[in-house]
Amino acid sequence: MLKDITFGQYFESNSFIHKLDPRTKMLLLIAVIVFIFVSQNAVALSLVALLIFVSMILSKVPLKMYLKNLKAILPIIIFTMIINLFYNASGDVILSFWKLTITTGSIYRALYMAARILLLIIASAELTYTTTPNDLTDAIEKLLSPLKFIGLKNAVHTLAMMMTIALRFIPTLIEETQKIMNAQKARGADLENGKLIERIKALIPILIPLLISSVRRAYELAEAMECRCYNGGEGRQRMKQLKYKSNDFTAFATVTIVCSAVVAINIIL
Amino acid sequence: MDNIIEVKNVTFEYEDGEQKETVLNDFSLDIKRGSFTVVLGHNGSGKSTLAKLLNGLYKPTSGDISVDGISTADEKNEIEIKRRVGLVFQNPDNQLVASIVEEDVAFGPENLGHSPEAIRTEVDEALKAVDMYEFRKSTPHRLSGGQKQRVAIAGIIAMKPDCIVLDEPTAMLDPKGRAEIISTIKKLNRENGITVVLITHFMEEAVDADRVIVMDSGKIVADSTPKDIFSNIKLLKDVGLDVPQTTELLYRLKLGGMNISTDVISIEESAQKIYDAIHLEEI
Repeated sequence: MLKDITFGQYFESNSFIHKLDPRTKMLLLIAVIVFIFVSQNAVALSLVALLIFVSMILSKVPLKMYLKNLKAILPIIIFTMIINLFYNASGDVILSFWKLTITTGSIYRALYMAARILLLIIASAELTYTTTPNDLTDAIEKLLSPLKFIGLKNAVHTLAMMMTIALRFIPTLIEETQKIMNAQKARGADLENGKLIERIKALIPILIPLLISSVRRAYELAEAMECRCYNGGEGRQRMKQLKYKSNDFTAFATVTIVCSAVVAINIIL
Repeated sequence: MDNIIEVKNVTFEYEDGEQKETVLNDFSLDIKRGSFTVVLGHNGSGKSTLAKLLNGLYKPTSGDISVDGISTADEKNEIEIKRRVGLVFQNPDNQLVASIVEEDVAFGPENLGHSPEAIRTEVDEALKAVDMYEFRKSTPHRLSGGQKQRVAIAGIIAMKPDCIVLDEPTAMLDPKGRAEIISTIKKLNRENGITVVLITHFMEEAVDADRVIVMDSGKIVADSTPKDIFSNIKLLKDVGLDVPQTTELLYRLKLGGMNISTDVISIEESAQKIYDAIHLEEI
């Protein structure tokens, strides 16, 4: 169960969204996030919402998964709504007690803020549901590659390599943590009971062996990588080449049109 | 047959704090192209150091090691030597770099800067050679130990090496995984013509080798055919190797006065030997 943690987010499918280039998805997510904030009225925001909703349907990821994600964020949404409910004082007064007033304007404001957060979460979740961590790493490497022109060539490659290795070793280390925990429990360690401080202290005999074994693994991995002719990013080629296809251009065009519409609505209304 | 690797009078020392530890002392060895050599030795016999010397990961303190006539001390050819002599380690978990099988196998060819199309072919061929092609999209942590180690071997094969050196590749595997690896190695040697140097402390794995070398405290104590080595049980026991149960049985019978040779290792052959020996005595 714990082993699947890194792949828990990704939902296997063969949808239009899944097949988009990871770079496209990342860039478009950034654009959508920006335009969620650029939208200055309900009409503009509902246009962005419509775009996100259509992409949700296209992703073929069950609605249940999105809802699961929202449940965790619900307290923040409610908190934001309450704050906004009393903050904005324009419009007709509906309710007034002590120094607090609720107006039509503030209700509108509260709903508007909630909608914004909701859309942000859904849009970001969609990226992780439809893109594997590996694809995301490749996309980050590619998108950051212009940095090599300002002398950061190795930094970009190193960052991507670190992410790849981290993704590869997360399940291995989780498995190892479990083993060490069991070993310590067998020696009588109590990990579940006691005060917070005691429980934190009980973690030390787990973290230290884990750290030592990680260093040993790192050393062995470095040797193995050297044996596989690794020489940094210099002269390295990739088997999997990212290529924009016609679908990517369709997606770019759609988002561009929606974004221009948002700007237009902002100006008109 | 010419030699692919030549080790000449190599001494290897490392500094352990103030003390100098000599692992190999005036060590010489030739590996013939296309051969299947097994190096046997218990822990601390210097066999792992030998593995790392063969592909230039370690450099000898004195003496010379050459691969196809190129010295491993030559910095310019470092990458080329590592490509020609691939090294597989004991723990498959600490050798795999990527979280998708085929991307991991591609790591070597990617480093060599081959074209994407060429890498694709090399990866597919390597995965087919170790019978892991159907798992190409899988992720290493879902595979068994034997399967992971086969992926690690594929990662080396994908670089098209002339020789692979395996440093106790089966030490962390269960009997099933061990059998998988040994049959994969034999197949690579026979069908793909890759020179194999298998370093191990399991005697059973040496049965089908062309040549068996027994190492103890940095020296070669025996260098012969498997039959020859296995008939010398005393030597193997002296250097601290575990002798297979069947061989142990034959050895004890022989010590007890039965006229029997100890140079077989499979259960069937041993049974036949004992049967023959008993019949001979009856007649």
